[in-house]
Amino acid sequence: MSAADVAAPGATAAGPDVLAEPRGPKPRRISVGRIGLYAFLVMSAIFFLVPLYIMIVTSLKGMPEIRLGHLFNLPAEPTLQPWVDAAFRACTGRDCFGLSPGFINSVKITVPSVIISIVCASLNGYALTFWPYKGASFLFGVLVFGAFVPYQVVIYPLIIGLSTVGLFATLPGIIIVHTIFGMPILTLLFRNFYASLPVELFKAGRIDGAGFWRIFFHIMLPMSVPITVVAVILQVTGIWNDFLFGIVFAGRNNWPMTVQLNNIVNTTTGVREYNVNMAATILTAAVPLIVYFVSGRWFVRGIAAGAVKG
Amino acid sequence: MKMRSMLLAATAMIMGSVAAQAAELEVIHWWTSKGESAAVAEFAKALDNDGQGDKWKDSAIALGETARATVMQRVLGGDPPAAAQFNPGRQYEELIKGGKLLDLTDLATEGKWADVIRPKAMQTACLVDGHWWCVPVNIHSNYWAWYSKPAFEKAGLPEPRNLADFVKDAPKLKEAGIIPFAIGGDGNGWQIQLLFQDMVTEALGVAKRDEMYTKKSAEIAGGPEMKSVFEQLRALKQYTDDGYANRNWNDTTNLVITNKAGLQVMGDWARGEFAAAGMTGVKDFGCMIGLNEDKPVVSTDGDIILFFKQDNPDVEAAQKRLANLLISPAVQVAFNNAKGSMPVRGDVDLGTADPCMQKALKAVEDPAKIVTATNRFITENTNQQINELVAQFFADDSVTSEDATAKFADIIGNSD
Amino acid sequence: MMAHATRRRLPIQAVAGTVPMILVSVGVFIIGIGASVLWSFTSSKLFPAYDFVGLQQYRRLWADARWLISVNNIWIFGLLSIACNMVFGYLLAVFMDQRIRQEDTFRSIFLYPFAMSLIVTGLVWQWALDPNLGLQQTVRNWGWTDFSFAPLVDAKTAIYGLVVAGIWQGSGVTMAILLAGLRGVDAEIWKAARVDGIPTWRTHLFIVAPMMRGAFATAFVLQCVAVVRVYDLVIAMTGGGPGIATTMPAVYVIQMITVRQNVGQGMAGATMMLLPILLVLALGGILAWRRKRKGVAA
Repeated sequence: MSAADVAAPGATAAGPDVLAEPRGPKPRRISVGRIGLYAFLVMSAIFFLVPLYIMIVTSLKGMPEIRLGHLFNLPAEPTLQPWVDAAFRACTGRDCFGLSPGFINSVKITVPSVIISIVCASLNGYALTFWPYKGASFLFGVLVFGAFVPYQVVIYPLIIGLSTVGLFATLPGIIIVHTIFGMPILTLLFRNFYASLPVELFKAGRIDGAGFWRIFFHIMLPMSVPITVVAVILQVTGIWNDFLFGIVFAGRNNWPMTVQLNNIVNTTTGVREYNVNMAATILTAAVPLIVYFVSGRWFVRGIAAGAVKG
Repeated sequence: MKMRSMLLAATAMIMGSVAAQAAELEVIHWWTSKGESAAVAEFAKALDNDGQGDKWKDSAIALGETARATVMQRVLGGDPPAAAQFNPGRQYEELIKGGKLLDLTDLATEGKWADVIRPKAMQTACLVDGHWWCVPVNIHSNYWAWYSKPAFEKAGLPEPRNLADFVKDAPKLKEAGIIPFAIGGDGNGWQIQLLFQDMVTEALGVAKRDEMYTKKSAEIAGGPEMKSVFEQLRALKQYTDDGYANRNWNDTTNLVITNKAGLQVMGDWARGEFAAAGMTGVKDFGCMIGLNEDKPVVSTDGDIILFFKQDNPDVEAAQKRLANLLISPAVQVAFNNAKGSMPVRGDVDLGTADPCMQKALKAVEDPAKIVTATNRFITENTNQQINELVAQFFADDSVTSEDATAKFADIIGNSD
Repeated sequence: MMAHATRRRLPIQAVAGTVPMILVSVGVFIIGIGASVLWSFTSSKLFPAYDFVGLQQYRRLWADARWLISVNNIWIFGLLSIACNMVFGYLLAVFMDQRIRQEDTFRSIFLYPFAMSLIVTGLVWQWALDPNLGLQQTVRNWGWTDFSFAPLVDAKTAIYGLVVAGIWQGSGVTMAILLAGLRGVDAEIWKAARVDGIPTWRTHLFIVAPMMRGAFATAFVLQCVAVVRVYDLVIAMTGGGPGIATTMPAVYVIQMITVRQNVGQGMAGATMMLLPILLVLALGGILAWRRKRKGVAA
């Protein structure tokens, strides 16, 4: 059901179509260049897919077969039981409901966090590029600097701060934390994007008498689609997969799905069920994978160029 | 308020079913695998059915270090759980000093914990300066070697009785196409560290080992016995396979289960893997206690439950009810049967113990055969320094036994 | 790049629009990093404390073999993985931009490692590189009996195994950022270049790439951040081993803070990690300022 399952056969399906491609930038020299191009992409895809192959094959085997250690062999007796277990039945403590209990919490954390962090960051990038005020670039430097700090280093001040304002271990608390830690990279992303836009756009807006907000909403925002897609990819992945912050800042009642994932795949002295681990990992990744696959429609050329003329 | 809560707890205990306010108790622990889940369910069941309407709120977080870090961060944020699993050691020293824990002394006196909990080492985990700060719930021993009987048969060897014999026989196993010694180097080399600690105790004996750690004796740590431990460790490394680097303990045990390897040194939880593979321990695998059948020892690495102070007398009363339940004979038997560990009380019957467990239950009655967990003596920081030394010595053949012994003496001598 | 804009009186609306940034920069990062630096001069163990011990934590840090190895490793790992990721990610982006079939599929394939929890993918890589289970044994079974590829086993080569997995995990993101950059380049430029008869590769390298410097900078910083903070990858694949051969600064710091309960020394390590970055940023700031003074036109 995950996008990766759908994706796997697609990689080889691309091969036979090599010569059928009609609209390349160099349509006259179809042959060698195109074949080389697809060869490179397919080879890369194989490199990327080897671990996924191992994971899928392992997730379809029973534990006795896995103990034999034939990593690349197809399952002799394929079973979907590990997938069912991972989703609904694996033990994650006293309770044995698999990944399912945390799904809604993960959605509740991810959706607002992604939206708020991207809105903040795009405003930052826009202001830094076109409305730099005194001290703005210093603040930006601090942000970029902050990106390099391992999270665990600033976790203590953050805990103390949030508990002082009474937001420790709450849903707003975790959303604030994700917005904070998404801000450096996203701001950088948007700033560099806006800086590469023709400044005439902004000047035209100013001559028309538009202010900070109008230029942002009417000129900049419509042009930011491709970069916003990248931002969404980064944030959905990061926040959906976050464990470190979720477990501390979200509070027990809002624990995201990664807590269950961690409990399924990790154990100190317990017995490990590798097939369930693999299935659980792929299932957890399904949401970001769908985002990657669907984002394609906005990954198109010409939005920026069109806006310049308009 | 403390008076009031004690009073409440006392009334609750005396009056039995007469209800103080029921409470929901959140417990953080890292019992997340299938067998562990069944065990912790026994605790939860006991609390849910205590007749007071209390509820167990399960907060399982896999991996001890992750769970402990979460506990600490929540304490710092002013939102501690009602209770949390820890291992006996010094990791909760600061929690006691900081006044974060609930004092259980009155319960302990009443329940005569000092008499029923054995061995003494398990008591001292919780009994600090005359106060009880936690409840010990089970005993695990790190002092075991597990071997494949078919592998030794195939090499025409008798079953090993001690580590020295095994090292002598190892070349024959190798000739028979078997990896003689199975080990894994994951998680900062904790498996190697476990092996090393077992070897230290075997070589020095319990008394001298305790002396080395308690008196921080660089003399013992740099002595000839320790040098021979490092030499033996180097010898063992030559008999392992090159896939050991980051292998986890389950995969290592699997080598023994599939008869690809001869012997593994690992704690008693390894029995769970053999059981999961459908093995019984009669003719398929063997267990060697304390790395030397003639000098059986067990360690008291187990689990304890800490209770955190809450500003709510009802919750504190419920916490004390839970503490009482954890140590009660019925819950002890149910929990430890599911977990595959030993109960902390000597006065309960563990009917269906297997041959390996029988050996351990016999040893645990003799105080001279009890090994106190290493991290009871040394801080986590010193522990990690030893860990690194041993991991590096094991990985890098250019470090000599002399150098390693000297470095070990240095670490012990300067430990805090 | 900021030379574009005309600097005028304090634009109130712009300040209002960036209130979150001001709060986060000052309230979180300056205070948080400041606190960390402060704690690095204390003997904090489990919890941050304020008993100052001067430079003792730094002396202990630089006497610790594990820290010295981490510092050494981060350079090898960083240079290799950033270089490979940028080149590979750029090639993928350029090739993906050739109106290929199944673009969504390819993009998802290159990105999926980024979405997977490293706890398990690290284990899978470890299996795949295990000399007895994985690639080496499989290829030997095919007939090349002297084929040898098991980097994780040897302390000297384990770091290269990490680089391979790092490329696998990170180059998809570089690809996505650069692809978005490529798609932002005006289509007219391509037409003009082709009319002038400039070969495609030259157009890419000398005309389009410079226009994408923003995207390159973003991808590069992202890679640097990933390298400096690398933790999960190491824990999942090598656990810092064999021995202590693949420890990294972030692993050292995080373990000091969480596992070893030595917050003081962990913070000292964190401070040392940030020092070179501060230098680079300051240098970048000075360069940007000079460029601005020269008045580079867009």
